[in-house]
Amino acid sequence: MSESGRAWVYGDGINTDLLAPAAYLKGSMEELAAHCLQDLDPDFARSVKEGDVFVAGDNLGIGSSREQAPQALQMLGIRTVLAKSFGRIFYRNALNLGMPALVCADTDRIRSGDRLRVDATAGVVENLTSGETLACESLPPHLVEMVADGGLIPHLKKKLAGGR
Amino acid sequence: MPGKHNDNDAARQTPMSMTLAEKIIARASGRERVRPGEIVTCEVDLAMMHDSSGPRRQIPKLAELGVDVWDAAKVVLITDHFVGERDELSIEIQSLTRDWAAKRNLGGYHEAQGICHVVLPERGHLAPGMFVVGGDSHSTTGGAFGCFMTGIGATDMAGVLATGSIWVRVPQTLRVRVDGVLGDGVAAKDVILAICHRIGINGANYMTAEYTGSGVAAMVMDERMVLANMAVELGAKCGIVAPDDVTCAWLAGVGVDVADAQTWQSDDDAPVAREIVVDAAELAPQVAAPHSPENSAPVNAHAGTPIDQAYIGACTGAKLDDLRMAARIVDGRRIAEGVRFFVAPASVRINEEAEREGVLDTLRAAGAAILPSACGACIGLGPARLGAGEVGISSSSRNFQGRMGDASSQTYLSSPYTVAATALAGHIADPRDYL
Ligand code: SF4
Repeated sequence: MSESGRAWVYGDGINTDLLAPAAYLKGSMEELAAHCLQDLDPDFARSVKEGDVFVAGDNLGIGSSREQAPQALQMLGIRTVLAKSFGRIFYRNALNLGMPALVCADTDRIRSGDRLRVDATAGVVENLTSGETLACESLPPHLVEMVADGGLIPHLKKKLAGGR
Repeated sequence: MPGKHNDNDAARQTPMSMTLAEKIIARASGRERVRPGEIVTCEVDLAMMHDSSGPRRQIPKLAELGVDVWDAAKVVLITDHFVGERDELSIEIQSLTRDWAAKRNLGGYHEAQGICHVVLPERGHLAPGMFVVGGDSHSTTGGAFGCFMTGIGATDMAGVLATGSIWVRVPQTLRVRVDGVLGDGVAAKDVILAICHRIGINGANYMTAEYTGSGVAAMVMDERMVLANMAVELGAKCGIVAPDDVTCAWLAGVGVDVADAQTWQSDDDAPVAREIVVDAAELAPQVAAPHSPENSAPVNAHAGTPIDQAYIGACTGAKLDDLRMAARIVDGRRIAEGVRFFVAPASVRINEEAEREGVLDTLRAAGAAILPSACGACIGLGPARLGAGEVGISSSSRNFQGRMGDASSQTYLSSPYTVAATALAGHIADPRDYL
């Protein structure tokens, strides 16, 4: 059973330049993560906690292929991202990092600060604050195992070891 | 027996009818045919990386997997993102990238030769029918040459480098038909900005954007590359143009002989999810207001908006044809007082050719400063980075908040024609007034 986390709710079109500003791409992941979303909400990187849930509207992560966008969220403690829709490369990147990215039509019903419990496999979000239960699209079956393994690298590692 | 007759009819129409992108995916996944929505694993013909997404991100991942690249001959590495940057980190990244390339017999290593999406075809790495991945979102550019080429992130790339394969969900197709010929002073950039506005950013999410019609057939390769490049602004997995004589002639010029262009065409009756039609003759120059390419409108809507800087650059808007467009507008004129005008040719070869043709002289005489062939201001780096509160107009592809400089700066996007006209006027201007 998954732990509950606090929701950080943002709107449509949160792009990769906002999540991973280019000026910090050269440096360390820690430094980049500290600037995640700074142009939109300078409080986010300072205050987000381990196990929190990132919630957005349409087109979360559109733009660049930079994997540092979901990686910054993950490094700051985000464990799940929910959105009405995703930029396709961001979606793959998040899953490849072992971070469930779930398509949820009802993210409008979540308020910042709500406590959420997400069951990625079942595709269910429980809003412990409002008492509501929201449905998400479940992950494509071939990706469930990869995410459970912790992402593409541990998944491939397991497969490569098994093949030997 | 009408029922039987109908069955036969259906069988005759549909047996193998596929779009070009589907044909390439079918070939790469070893199948007779594929349908949209299917998830298949494809063998990769080529993997392209740049200095930001390349070795510095891949070395630790490959080490964790305990493997090296599956086939070095199918890997091309091009430095462009941090080229021209002289800070310690950039220098470190450049040498790490160089060392990694030196230890492997890569299919290509092009250091500081220009922007990856332009250098890749220029150096003969692409041909119709190939299945290609690139560690950069604008990798869709390669589709202008009849390839299936898509952008992937660093971990996906590590998977490709380790195994030579990748899963894809076969995309549905958005067919964009451009009918007729563009008016003078109107370019492919105006077509794609108008489409961004019409269907919205991400309006073709997960799809193939296939460009067809007489308007596309009439375009030179540099223009088709703009359509494929900005397919990603529509959210598309790839943008593609079927090869024709123009494609083959261009590729022959870089030493690539194409014998099978006929194989790599969409079937006429291949089903597509959506078709949109652009009337080329009706299209006015477009300008996308901050902070999204979808905020596009005919140039009149923004005419008169004062700017601090005009930028001709990036993989999208600084190819030879783009530079010629700008030169044609500024020829014999001077840019407005107080405006900065920067031109960063997309590759070293383009720079050389533009120099030979006198295009750069024309631009310089008008007041342009020529910058190195690198990503530069497109990602907020280098001398053309916008300062706090500044307003710029750019021939690049994205104007997200803060992308080209300070978070409070504003970027308008347009064709090279419109950027050049705006540099002359000092405010957003219709290039047709300067033809
Ligand atoms: S020029 Fe801009 S859009 Fe093109 S590859 Fe470089 S950063 Fe990306």
